[in-house]
Amino acid sequence: MSRWLPCALLMLAIGCDDCGEDEPEPVADPLPGTAGLRSVADFADIADEEARSVALFEEMGKVLTHPRCVNCHPIGERPLQRAGEPHQPHVVRGEDGHGAPGLPCASCHGESHFRTVPGNPEWHLAPAEMAWEGKSLAAICGQIQDPERNGGKDMEALLEHMESDALVAYGWDPPEHLEPAPGSQALFGQLARQWAATGAHCPPEPTGDVEGPAEASEDEVSPEAGEASAPTEKAE
Amino acid sequence: MSITLTINGEEHEVEAAPDTPLLWVLRDHLGLTGTKYGCGVAQCGACTVHVDGVPRRACVAPVGSVAGKAVVTIEGVSGPEADAVREAWTELAVPQCGYCQSGQIMSAVALLKSRPSPSDDDIDRGMAGNICRCATYVRIRRAIKQAAGEGER
Ligand code: FES
Ligand code: FES
Repeated sequence: MSRWLPCALLMLAIGCDDCGEDEPEPVADPLPGTAGLRSVADFADIADEEARSVALFEEMGKVLTHPRCVNCHPIGERPLQRAGEPHQPHVVRGEDGHGAPGLPCASCHGESHFRTVPGNPEWHLAPAEMAWEGKSLAAICGQIQDPERNGGKDMEALLEHMESDALVAYGWDPPEHLEPAPGSQALFGQLARQWAATGAHCPPEPTGDVEGPAEASEDEVSPEAGEASAPTEKAE
Repeated sequence: MSITLTINGEEHEVEAAPDTPLLWVLRDHLGLTGTKYGCGVAQCGACTVHVDGVPRRACVAPVGSVAGKAVVTIEGVSGPEADAVREAWTELAVPQCGYCQSGQIMSAVALLKSRPSPSDDDIDRGMAGNICRCATYVRIRRAIKQAAGEGER
């Protein structure tokens, strides 16, 4: 698929080891499912590779559409907080994602949590082109693989961002009063790798008149149900 | 435990748990009461100070996190932006009750340092975290513009 083209070109140019002609390696040692996120192993019996890839992405969608992730990928210039309410005070992304002149994120968000104020040395907002608040999983799936809209990342860089970025890690380690993202970052990273290894296929656009954030249903859906149950519940 | 702080250019040794809010230490340990306690939860801006030149809400800054950094409060803020702000604030008689004003001034100085000629949008955004219960917002805006050399007198 064309999304592998930049990777292939890079390989030709510099002999990149990580993005050889093979697609990303399947996950060899699946972690068990935990905290509302299923294991890569739970998808193994979906015979059709594309359906398996889509099902894996839908599982990732539980994380991607969770408020701990969406709140800092807002569609407008104002971040969200808690269950997805507009951030109070009315702060904005600013030119570099670190807030407005005179009111940087770091005015309140320190290097670690303090009482109810979350902290992280990297605290900032995703750039506007990486916003996915309110988008369907299908749209998010296309967007995060598009270097124009993912901060110039090839697939390997995208996978590393998801599995080891220090601010992404915050999603699973918020202050006590906030619900963490489902699962763990390591498990999320495995789902992402397996999704990439199975061709990084995207769910179809939801049909019907449903608007607003799409996310995987809270209910357990059997992996066999695989093909894109059009998820529509708004994140809490 | 003992923590060494640099406040307005002076070193202070304070006995405090590292997770004590900087605001408590400023006001209760060091008697620097120009920095105000409004909400205690990063919602009002009354406690704004500068840490290494960056505005910081002292009510949510654990004192341990500012050890070794340069803390500047309303008592010590200086430089051309601070001078221009002081002059404009006085001339336009910005404060009403005054409670929010040290925070407003610290934010205004920080804004002018990074945006010497702020637009109305810049002022809205940079000052969005400072609440004034007396609603002096119109005068604050005028004073910032005047301090930037752009206001009508
Ligand atoms: S007292 Fe710190 S922001 Fe209100
Ligand atoms: S002047 Fe009274 S709170 Fe601002």
